[in-house]
Amino acid sequence: MKFTLNGAAVDVQAHPMKRLLDVLREELNLTGTKEGCGEGECGACTVLVDGAPVCACLIPFAQTEGTSVTTIEGLGEDHPLQHAFMDEVGAQCGICTPGMILATIALGDNPSLAQIKEGLAGNLCRCTGYEAIYRAIAKANTGKKSGTRLGTLGVKNRRATDKRKPARPSGSKKRP
Amino acid sequence: MKGAISPLSLVRPKTIHEALDKLRDDPTLVPLAGCTDLYVSLNFGTLAGTKFLDLWPLTRLRKIEVDGDVLRIGALATFTNIIFSRRVRTWVPMLVDGAKQIGGPQIQNRGTIGGNIANGSPAGDSLPVLAAATATVLLRNSTTERRVMFTDFFTGYRTSVRRPDELILAIEIPKQNGRQWFRKVGTRAAQAISKIVMAAVRDPKGPRIALGSVAATTVRLPKTEAALTKGLSIEEAVKVLESEITPIDDVRSTADYRLTVAGNLLRRFWVDTA
Repeated sequence: MKFTLNGAAVDVQAHPMKRLLDVLREELNLTGTKEGCGEGECGACTVLVDGAPVCACLIPFAQTEGTSVTTIEGLGEDHPLQHAFMDEVGAQCGICTPGMILATIALGDNPSLAQIKEGLAGNLCRCTGYEAIYRAIAKANTGKKSGTRLGTLGVKNRRATDKRKPARPSGSKKRP
Repeated sequence: MKGAISPLSLVRPKTIHEALDKLRDDPTLVPLAGCTDLYVSLNFGTLAGTKFLDLWPLTRLRKIEVDGDVLRIGALATFTNIIFSRRVRTWVPMLVDGAKQIGGPQIQNRGTIGGNIANGSPAGDSLPVLAAATATVLLRNSTTERRVMFTDFFTGYRTSVRRPDELILAIEIPKQNGRQWFRKVGTRAAQAISKIVMAAVRDPKGPRIALGSVAATTVRLPKTEAALTKGLSIEEAVKVLESEITPIDDVRSTADYRLTVAGNLLRRFWVDTA
C-alpha cells in the first residue's frame, strides 16, 4: 500500500482492515501516536490525513492508500507547539499531547480561543484541565516570528479530507 | 482492541457500478465508509460480519447538489463536507447545526450522512433533521433505483427497509418553508451521545417535529404537530407530546428526564421560531 508518511513516500504491507493506529505503532514503530479509548472519544490517536485530523483507531489501513499521513513524529523535535506545550506545562502524563498538537496544527495560524476550544473538542485531557493547553497554543502563536506558519504540514484544513490530491510535503524544516 | 483482524476481508470497488455488482454477487458483504461506528464495534469485539465493502474511495457519492426541487446529499458526504457546504447551509441550516454537534472534528471528518442512516442508531443526530425535513432516501441495487420516505426507512431498532443488495446512494431534501430548529441535549457539547435530540420546522401549514433517543427509531410526532396546527396552546401541545412518546431508562438518561426535557424542547422550539 503506497502513501505518503511524514513527507516521505512509503510502501507498507499490512492487512487492509488493520487499524491505521496499529500499522503506525507496530509496523512502522511510530509510537508517538497513542491509543486512548479505541472508540473515537478521546482523540489521543489523532493523526492528520491530507491535513485533516482523524482518529487513527477508526481507520482501516486500506483507506490511507494514496493519502498523506502526518504523525507527531513528522513535526521533528523542535516545533514551536512542542516547546510551548513544555513551557506552559500543557502536558503532564503526555498521552493526549501528540493528538492535541496535531489537532491544533489543523486549525492553521492564529486561531481564536473559541476556535481552539472547538478544534480540540475531540481531544480529552484528564491531567491539565485544558487551561495550560490553551495557554500553550496561544503562546506558540504569539511567539513565532512574523511570516512563520505553524501550519506548514500540508494543512488544507477541512476540505482536504475529500480531495485525494497529495498534500504538500510535510515534516517541514521551516522554523521560527 | 478486542476484535480480531485476521478473519476479516475487504473488497475495494473502483466505481459505484462495481460496488453494486459485488453486493449482488455476495449480499453478505457489509458496506463501510468512514468507520466511525463500525470500527468502534471492531474495537469492542462486537463487529457483525466478516466481509466488508469499502465505499470510502467512491468520491462521486460525496456530491452535494441542488436538482430541481431537492437538495441531494451524496451518502458519502462527511459531516465536515455538510458543515462547510453553502448549499446545505442555505437549504437546511438545521442540518449544519446537527452536523456540528456530532462527535468532534475527528469524527466529523470521517463520519458520513449515509453511514449515520445505515447505522440506524436511535440517537443518530442527523436523523431527526431528515425526519423533520421530509427527506427521501435514494437506494439502488445493480438493476434498479428506488426512493423511500425517510420516515418509512426504519422498521425497528437498527433495522430498515434497505435490502442486502442495495446501497444508500443519497438523501434528498425538499425545499423547506418556515424556520428550522435543532437542539441536542447531551452531557457535553462534543463527543457525547444524545440523551434527547429534536429537529423541527415551523412550516406555516403546520409544524413538523422529530425526536431522537426517545424510541427504537427516530420519530415524527404527528399528534403533537396536529395539536399545534389546530391552534391548541403550547401547554396543551406539551400534554399531547407527553402522551405521544414513551422513552425508556438507559445508560445515558432516564425516561422521566427525557419526557420532561422533550416538553421543554417543544416549548423552546415554539418560542424561538415564533
